[in-house]
Amino acid sequence: MEKYDAIVIGAGHNGLTNAAYLAKSGLKVLVLEKNDYIGGAAVSRELHDGWTYSNCSYVCSLLRPEIYRDLNLQKHGLQVIAYGGSVTFMEDGNIFGGYSDHDVQRREIGRFSKKDADAYVRFGRDVSKQCRFIKPLLLRTPPDPTSFRPKDLDELLYLFKRLYGLGEQTIYETIRFYTMSAAEYLAEYFESDIVKAAMSGSGIIGTALGPYSPGTAYVLLHHYMGEVDGSIGSWGFARGGMGSVSKALAGALQEYDGKIITDAEVTQIQVKNGKTTGVVLANGDEYHAKNVVSNLDARRTYQDLFDPQDLSEKLLKQVDNFKFNGSSGKLNIALDGLPEFPAMGKDNPLIYADMHFIDSLERIERAYDDWKNGRWSQDPYVDMLIPTMTDPTMAPPGKHYMSVFVQYAPPKLATGEWTDKDREGFGKTVIDQIGEYSPNFKDLIVHAEIRTPQDIENEVGLTEGNIFQGELTMDQMFFNRPFPGYAQFRGPVKGFYMCGSSTHPGGGVMAAPGANAAREILYDLKRKNIVPEAENDD
Amino acid sequence: MLRQDHYKTSVYKTPFHERTSELNILNEWTRWKDYTVSTSYFRTDLEYFAVRNTTGVIDYTPMVKQKITGPDAAEFVNRFFTRDMNKIAVGRVGYVVWCDEAGQVLDDGTVFHVRENEYWLLCVERQLDNLGNSAVGFDVKIEEITDEVACLGVQGPTSCSILKAIGFDAIEHLKPFDIKHYDFQGQEVMVSRTGFSGDLGYEVCMPNDVALNLWDELFDKGEIYGIKPFGLDALDLVRIEAGLLVPGQDFMVAEEAIRPGSTRSPFELGLSWLVDLSKPVFNGREALLEEKKRGSRYTFVKLNINGNKPAEGAYLYNQSGKKIGNVTSAMFSPSAKANIAFATLHDPWKKGKDKIIAEIYYQKDLEWNKVMEEATIVTKPFFDPDRKRTTPAELY
Repeated sequence: MEKYDAIVIGAGHNGLTNAAYLAKSGLKVLVLEKNDYIGGAAVSRELHDGWTYSNCSYVCSLLRPEIYRDLNLQKHGLQVIAYGGSVTFMEDGNIFGGYSDHDVQRREIGRFSKKDADAYVRFGRDVSKQCRFIKPLLLRTPPDPTSFRPKDLDELLYLFKRLYGLGEQTIYETIRFYTMSAAEYLAEYFESDIVKAAMSGSGIIGTALGPYSPGTAYVLLHHYMGEVDGSIGSWGFARGGMGSVSKALAGALQEYDGKIITDAEVTQIQVKNGKTTGVVLANGDEYHAKNVVSNLDARRTYQDLFDPQDLSEKLLKQVDNFKFNGSSGKLNIALDGLPEFPAMGKDNPLIYADMHFIDSLERIERAYDDWKNGRWSQDPYVDMLIPTMTDPTMAPPGKHYMSVFVQYAPPKLATGEWTDKDREGFGKTVIDQIGEYSPNFKDLIVHAEIRTPQDIENEVGLTEGNIFQGELTMDQMFFNRPFPGYAQFRGPVKGFYMCGSSTHPGGGVMAAPGANAAREILYDLKRKNIVPEAENDD
Repeated sequence: MLRQDHYKTSVYKTPFHERTSELNILNEWTRWKDYTVSTSYFRTDLEYFAVRNTTGVIDYTPMVKQKITGPDAAEFVNRFFTRDMNKIAVGRVGYVVWCDEAGQVLDDGTVFHVRENEYWLLCVERQLDNLGNSAVGFDVKIEEITDEVACLGVQGPTSCSILKAIGFDAIEHLKPFDIKHYDFQGQEVMVSRTGFSGDLGYEVCMPNDVALNLWDELFDKGEIYGIKPFGLDALDLVRIEAGLLVPGQDFMVAEEAIRPGSTRSPFELGLSWLVDLSKPVFNGREALLEEKKRGSRYTFVKLNINGNKPAEGAYLYNQSGKKIGNVTSAMFSPSAKANIAFATLHDPWKKGKDKIIAEIYYQKDLEWNKVMEEATIVTKPFFDPDRKRTTPAELY
């Protein structure tokens, strides 16, 4: 049996990033993937002849440019292309547009409130301040605040320096910011309900919280990070779908002689004398390595791959307590032509934008109530895009692919597990909502893939279908991600590491957790660090 | 002859102006020679991405165009340009530079071998004087046709599909630098697989009177292929990624240089592949032979610079703090996510031994900061997709 220096379980984008860095450092690396395709949730699939779907993650705004550059992902075929704006359709037939041109945006807000239009400057500044604080932390390891090791003390000191570098007032604001709801936060700037509704969307995406739930202000920021830095091309689509990200990362890995085996489901992490020795596959094959890295989420990793006897009672409890709360589903739709949205008027560039059909915080909160009651939202919040308006590679010319992210959908219904009939009903709810704003939409549908949180869990392996591999709430963030004592990518046994979005800094196609974990592994192996630091914004 | 009151129209509109002015919702224009053209139409980054992802169209009518015809045309161009022009067969385009007697570059451009005994030279600066001076004893006619020919750059991955859709049959079989003539509404238009983007792309030269119709046809058929207009700002981004120089920015054109040492030879611009010293006669040959012997003063390089602050106008130093050069063009590349630049290096820089460190000034909240960032030399274009070369070209 071949021996490796490191085995990475799961060929999601973080697993591939992690493996690429370990291989680049000169280690012999093997990636094992249960599906017959790589990418996890960063994947492109042709499920209808001629159409390519980004069938899970669908926009590429957070991928760390430092990693993109360092692993030369461009050479391996990745092209991230910008798309423009956002639009919210209103019940009264009006629309609210989000434009990147500052003056156009100000005038658009001014259609609803002149005061809000001017407040937009202050809002932009304050969000930018928070982004400036967080961005460099994305590619760093959170310090353990209870440890006195020099490495942790150094990192704590760095953190305090940055915090104090914000200025006195912003320190207070920062602490408020992390505990507030998106609605409260936005209310400090805006009075118009449509403006607040449109801006709160990114505060709930992927999270089982409503706009009035504490903690959603941070989620808003998490999604803003790709957008506000203003450097061109920082947000957009991966050309060819999100699978292009994984393909490019795999290309980088293979350039450094890393190996990927698909159709290879790991069922057991072997532990001997408190050290990992390798893994066992579903088919009984064994692969040996002193270092084993899991790209799976915290629950799957510890509950499915470890023998509970190898873990402490405390850890098992922490794993149990780690929150997933799947909250979203997805529709991928093949269209025979471009749907019309009469409210937008002809030739409106917002047809390239992300689209939404909920125009008040109240309606979003009601949609959340449905989730709490164990049913999918009857009036859902969707984040809908037509990637083929921008990307010419995903459907035949003149035809279109529509990606519809849907919030909220519970991992389990009040009536029990999702049935085929439920899935159909869920799809119909969403299609009906879009149909209300686009008269020809339904007639254009040639194929639709409807994915419930349960489908996402079964196919991709994300517990409860949570897109972040665990909720992005303060109790599960930074040095508490995934849980206290294990936030530095290491596990309870020697040689075992985590590198997925269950670790710092969390979900989104960022490649940061994978890179961060690689840095810690190289540190333990006393090898030179080759993982890039975040670029300074100052 | 122009009318006596020509001064009343200081700036010309190109034949596409009716359309470009409609699409230029930012109302951003700049002067290019006699004409006004768009710097940006709607959003520079989206215009850039149209070129990199679908198709961008640029109006480059103001490009100076000279036509050289006559029985001695082939011999004449071989005498004028530094490279072996016999290698540019009929129906082919070649990148060229030409020099003064001191071997200093006067300009760069592209020569179209349109048909037997007919060449077109497209370049930045006007060359009737230089061409005329070299034409003594050759049976050639040299005329400027800038104002008679309208030109569009149609650049990007879906460009071939769009041109095919407007009736340019078999265009996908054009190899890079091939020329083909097509009939468009009874007029002859010249299509070449060339451009300034470093991607799949074409240039279309046409008589002025079909310009608007061809534009309309392109944008009508091109809609489903993501066609967008792009301006000079986006052009500058793609050309740096493609590794292409601009006279007047990356080097001083010899004809306008006042100070000694401010001009460059082809060798000093990394263009030695364009110089064929085995040719018996061409402008600047003696000086270039001499330079070959004693060595060049400058080295042109493409740089990949650490950090994310564009190094516009940066001074370059070696590890001992000695100035060794300066940056001529710089940007943060959205496609490579890299901080890239062109630079010219000089003594005491030692190839392979010296570090290159860029002194970069940048502003945050009005305050000026400085970083010193190390740079490495890159030999290939920063963006170099296979589809640029693939024949038949990609169709969508």
